[in-house]
Amino acid sequence: MSRRILPDSVRATHGPKAPWLALAGGILFLLSGLLSWSYDDRILGDLSIRFYPAGIQLYAMLFGVIGVILAVLLLRRPPWLSPARGLRILGTTGIVFVVWIIASVAYQSGGLINANEGGWVALVGAVLLTLAGHLSPEVDIDVRRWPRLSSTLEIVIIVVLMAILLFTVAYTLDIQDGVIFASFLIALIGLAGGLLGTGFGGYLGFIGANNRRPLLLAAFLVAFLFPFTQDGSDANMSIATQVLIFATTALGLNIVVGLAGLLDLGYIAFLGTGAYVAAMLSSSGFATIGWKPPFVVVMLIGAATAATFGLIIGSPTLRVSGDYLAIVTLGFGEIFRLAMFNLDGNNGPDLTNGPNGIPAIPDLELLGFDFGEVHTVAGIPLGRFSNYYFVLLLLLMFVMLVFTRLNNSRIGRGWVAIREDERAAEAMGVNTFGLKLLAFSVGAFLAGLAGTIKAHQDTSVSPDQYVFLESAFLLSAVVLGGMGTVVGVLVGATILKLLPEKLREVNDYRLLVFGLLLVVMMRFRPEGLVPSKRRQLEFHEEDQELSELLQAEHLQAEHLDPEQLEPEHLQGAK
Amino acid sequence: MTVTDTATTGHEAGRVTVLEASSVTMRFGGLTAVDDVSMRVHEGEIVGLIGPNGAGKTTFFNCLTGMYVPTEGTVTLKGAILPPKPLKVVRAGMARTFQNIRLFGNMTALENVMVGRYCRTSSMALTSILRGPKFKREEAATRERAQELLDYVGLGRSTELLARNMPYGDQRRLEIARALATDPQILLLDEPTAGMNPRETEETMGLIFKIREGGLAVVVIEHDMRFIFNLCDRVLCLVRGSLLVEGTPDQVQSDHRVIEAYIGGDDEEESV
Ligand SMILES: Nc1ncnc2c1ncn2[C@@H]1O[C@H](COP(=O)(O)OP(=O)(O)OP(=O)(O)O)[C@@H](O)[C@H]1O
Ligand SMILES: [Mg+2]
Repeated sequence: MSRRILPDSVRATHGPKAPWLALAGGILFLLSGLLSWSYDDRILGDLSIRFYPAGIQLYAMLFGVIGVILAVLLLRRPPWLSPARGLRILGTTGIVFVVWIIASVAYQSGGLINANEGGWVALVGAVLLTLAGHLSPEVDIDVRRWPRLSSTLEIVIIVVLMAILLFTVAYTLDIQDGVIFASFLIALIGLAGGLLGTGFGGYLGFIGANNRRPLLLAAFLVAFLFPFTQDGSDANMSIATQVLIFATTALGLNIVVGLAGLLDLGYIAFLGTGAYVAAMLSSSGFATIGWKPPFVVVMLIGAATAATFGLIIGSPTLRVSGDYLAIVTLGFGEIFRLAMFNLDGNNGPDLTNGPNGIPAIPDLELLGFDFGEVHTVAGIPLGRFSNYYFVLLLLLMFVMLVFTRLNNSRIGRGWVAIREDERAAEAMGVNTFGLKLLAFSVGAFLAGLAGTIKAHQDTSVSPDQYVFLESAFLLSAVVLGGMGTVVGVLVGATILKLLPEKLREVNDYRLLVFGLLLVVMMRFRPEGLVPSKRRQLEFHEEDQELSELLQAEHLQAEHLDPEQLEPEHLQGAK
Repeated sequence: MTVTDTATTGHEAGRVTVLEASSVTMRFGGLTAVDDVSMRVHEGEIVGLIGPNGAGKTTFFNCLTGMYVPTEGTVTLKGAILPPKPLKVVRAGMARTFQNIRLFGNMTALENVMVGRYCRTSSMALTSILRGPKFKREEAATRERAQELLDYVGLGRSTELLARNMPYGDQRRLEIARALATDPQILLLDEPTAGMNPRETEETMGLIFKIREGGLAVVVIEHDMRFIFNLCDRVLCLVRGSLLVEGTPDQVQSDHRVIEAYIGGDDEEESV
C-alpha cells in the first residue's frame, strides 16, 4: 500500500538525496531536544531550559535517534528492509507531534510568540523526514524470507516485547499532565511505527502468528500483572476497569458489525439490560425484586434477557435490508432508556426506580471472595478495582474466545459470504437470516453478560448511563480500531476511553475530537487502525496491488493449524 | 463422435424426471419476461436453453431457483414441489451459477467452495466455540471435499488465490465447483463459457460431460450454438419469454423459426 504523493519524475531525480534529507531531519530533531521549546517555564514540565531536555524534549530526541537510524539504513540499502515506509510514518507523526506541542505551548501560555526555537527546528526536521520517506524507493519485503529464529528465541522475543509493553502502559498511565500524555502517545505511535514500518513489524507479526499460544499467554500474563504495578493505587485501576468493560462490550459489538456486517445503533441497551437485571436481583436496598440468586445465575439471566431482546427486535427486521436494522436498533436503544426511566411504579410496574435508578448495589461476593476489600498478594495490596479488573479480564478472554472461534468456523465463513454478496450466499445455501440473527443475539448475550458485572462495579444503574451517545462511542471504537479484529477493537476502545480520562481539556470537546478523528479515518484508513485483512480487501475493492499482497500473506493464518503450517517452515529453512 | 454417443445414452438413461417446471410465468409490471414455460429434465440429461438477448432465460433460472417468485406456475424437484426460497431450493438439491459471476471476491478459491458446503454441514455456534471432535472432523471433511472439487474442475493449484484475482475462465469454473459443493442433483449453468477462449470452452464442455457422468442433470444457457448443439441431449429455445421450439439439437438447429428469431432478436438489439 504505497501512497505515492510525489510524481515519479520527482522521485527519480531527487531520490538519491533522500538519505541525506533523512539524516538532516534526524539531526535537527536531536538538536531540538537541546533547545528551548517554550518561553514559559510553568507549562508542560518546563521546556524552557536549553541543553537540559525534559520529558517532551526527550521524546523529540527519540524521533531524532530513529530518524538517524533509518537514514543510515537508507544509505546502506539492505534489500530486506524498507526504510521508506518507516520514514514516512516517523515523519508524518513527527509533524503531528511537533504541531501539537507548539499549539499547546501557544494555547497554554497565551500566544504563538511563546513557542521557542526548539519546536520550529523539530518541525523542519519532521518535514525533512517525511519528504525523505516519500522520495526514497519502496522495497518489496517478504518477511517470510527473513532468517528463521529458533522457537525458543522467538518466544523470548515475545516475552521481552510484552514486558516492554507492560512498562510502557504503566509509564503512560502515570503521566498526569494531559498534554504530555497525548504527546507521549503520539510519539509512541511515531517511534514504534517508524521502526516497525520498515518491515520489522511484519516480521514480528510473522513470529507472533507462528507462536499464537505463547503470544496469547504472554499478553494475558501482562494484563494480569498490570494491577501489581500500581502499588495498591485505585486511580489507574478504576480507569483500567472502565477500559475493560468498554473493550469487552465493543468486542461483542464487533461480532455484529465487523463479522456479520450489521449496523447496530442501540447496542448499549443490551449492556443496560444486563446491568439492570443484575441491579434488580442484587441485595441493594433499592432492588425491586425480592429474589437474590447467586451471581452466576444472575449473569445467565441478564445475558439471556439481553439475548431475548435481541431476538425480538432482530427477527422481524433482519429479514429485510440492513438499513432497517440500524433504524430499529436506534429506536430500541431509546425505548430501553425511556422504559427504564418510566418503570417507577407511576406508569406500569415498579422495576427500575425511574430516573433515580438503583443505587447502593453491593460489591460482588464469589466463593467467599469479597470484591469490596483490599487483598494483599505477594506484599502488594490489590484494591477493589483490581478485583473487578481480574473478573473483567476473564470475561474479556471469554468474549475473545467466542469471537475468534466463531470467526474461524463454518459460521464465520457464512458471515463473510453474507458481507460479500448476500443474495449469492443465500443461493449457495447459506442461511443468511439465521446467521444474522445469530450474530445479533450472540452480541446481545455478551453485552448482557458484561452488564451484570458493570452494575456491581459501578455500584449503581440509572437510565442516563445508557444514552445513544454510548452506543455511538462503542461503534466508534470498532470503526477506529478495525472492524472484524480483536486487537483493533482493544486498541480503539483503549484510545477512546483513555484519552478523555487523561486529557481533561479534551473531555469537553470529545465529541468534536472523536467526530473529526472518525472523518479523518474514513478518508484515509477506512479499515481501521488494526484492520482484518479481509476487511482491508473489502474497503479497497479496486486496489489490485493490495489484494495480491494480502493474498501472499495467508489470508487467515489463524485458520491453519500449527501442523499445517509446518511444511512451509521447512521450505523456508531450506 | 461424442455428440451422437452422449445424445443416445442421455435419452436412454434419462427416464426419471428430476426437475419439472410447469407453466412458469413471470411478469414485471406490464412486461411478461417468462410466459407459460414448461420444462422437464431427466436424470443424467444435459438440456440446453437458448434464445436471443432478453428472451427471459436468466429470469427463468431465477424462477426455478426461487430468486424470483414466479407469478404463475410451479417447480417440482424429484416429485416434490419447491417453495420459491433460494435456501430451500439448494437444500432440496438444485444449484446454479450466475451469468454475471457472483463469487465471494475477497475469499480464496477454497473458501468459496467451502461456503458451498454450508448447507450440507451442521456445526452451529456452540459446537464452533467448544471445538469438540465433531467440529474438527466436520471442518476437516469440508476442507477436504472443497479441495477435491477444486481438483475436479481443474483448479487444484489455485486453492489459495483470492477469487477476485483469478482469471475470468477460472472464475467461471470456480462457480461450478462452488455449486457442486452443495451436493446438487441438478445443476443450472448460466452462460458458463461467456468470455472464454476456444480452448477453455472445450475444457468446460468436457467438465460438463464429466459432471453428467457423475449422475447429475444439467441445464445450460449459452449463446454459443456450436457449444450447445455439441453438448446437449435436448435444446429449448425461448423467444420473448415463450417457448418457441423444443427438440434434439438437430431438430432445433434446422428449425427455420429459430433462425428467424435470432435474426429478429439481433435486429431488436441493434435498434435499442
Ligand atoms: N427484476 C427485473 N425487473 C424488471 N424486468 C426484468 C427483471 N429481470 C429481468 N427483467 C427483464 O426481463 C427480460 C428478460 O431478461 P433476462 O435477463 O431473463 O434475459 P436473458 O434471456 O437472460 O438475456 P441474455 O441472453 O442477455 O442474458 C428483459 O427484458 C429484462 O429487462
Ligand atoms: Mg441471461
